[in-house]
Amino acid sequence: MTTATQTCPECDGPLKVDDSVSASEVIECPECRSELEVVTTRPLLLAVAPEVEEDWGE
Amino acid sequence: MRPTPAPRTALLASRVRFEEKRILEALDRRGIPRTLIDARTVHQHLDDGRPPWDLVLNREISATRALYAALTFEAMGVPVLDSAAAVETCGDKWRTSLALRAAGIPTPPAALALTAEAGEEAAERLGYPVVLKPLVGSWGRRVALLPDAAALRTVLEYCDALPSPQAKLVYLQSYVDKPDRDIRVIVVGGTPIGAVYRRSDEWRTNVARGSTTEPCELTPDIAAPAAAAAKETGAQIAGVDLVEDRDGRPYVLEVNHGVEFKGFQHAHGDRTDVAQEIVDRLVLEVNT
Repeated sequence: MTTATQTCPECDGPLKVDDSVSASEVIECPECRSELEVVTTRPLLLAVAPEVEEDWGE
Repeated sequence: MRPTPAPRTALLASRVRFEEKRILEALDRRGIPRTLIDARTVHQHLDDGRPPWDLVLNREISATRALYAALTFEAMGVPVLDSAAAVETCGDKWRTSLALRAAGIPTPPAALALTAEAGEEAAERLGYPVVLKPLVGSWGRRVALLPDAAALRTVLEYCDALPSPQAKLVYLQSYVDKPDRDIRVIVVGGTPIGAVYRRSDEWRTNVARGSTTEPCELTPDIAAPAAAAAKETGAQIAGVDLVEDRDGRPYVLEVNHGVEFKGFQHAHGDRTDVAQEIVDRLVLEVNT
């Protein structure tokens, strides 16, 4: 398993992303604790994850 | 004899959590062709033909999108788990209460009031303390334990100010004086596959609120109402939440479609693999 180093789109801090991530997966920035969504895996593109909406749940 | 082809499976999700990753891995282990579909990208036209899948695993986190996606794919001839009917029932606490009561499944006394004013009268009849819940929603959000009429009135004023007409409806449930825990039973394809206790320092015991989980023995006393609740709500993949009163009598609180099972999996380790159970009991049973 390998990792890629990315920059957090929220705080610009460095974060390591496992190469097994899927599109739509949510990861957390270790620096600012923002939830980040994997937009695409090739190339690896991160964005701040959407806020929780009223009808979200299990 | 030719082997049965594996069902082409679409996993519908806009957010890939622990659970979706585990299901995708379980599909891969069984060699089942699968596609991950971001629900936010879905658009289906009336004249489109049947989508190229044999089954949709409905793991969409938005109840509204989950419902309409399921309605759509089912109309196009593709079975969906959990189905539109299950999402509609499980996604609404009053519909769930009605289904449980109709089947005689033990559930706490509950009431629906159509206005805040009627809500006050309904609470008087139920008795305090009373639990006020939004009809739609999860993870214990906006669930309030109210000790008296003054507290209820205040919260109802806030509910009445919310923009959604549905948010103005008042769903009330009697508070069950329980130990510091509740029970979640995972039911897959009608069979309870395991249970966990969820413990918390506060009265809400949702894992999303920081509760801890530990294995719970799956006794007939909890397995039977859990299986019945999943059946009555139509949920093929269900997380049934129960509480016990001080005498140990179980009551079904709610049934969750699109169940999260991270806490369950951590408590049970490798002994029970929920994702594998879903794939083996449901996906591989689909007739392609």
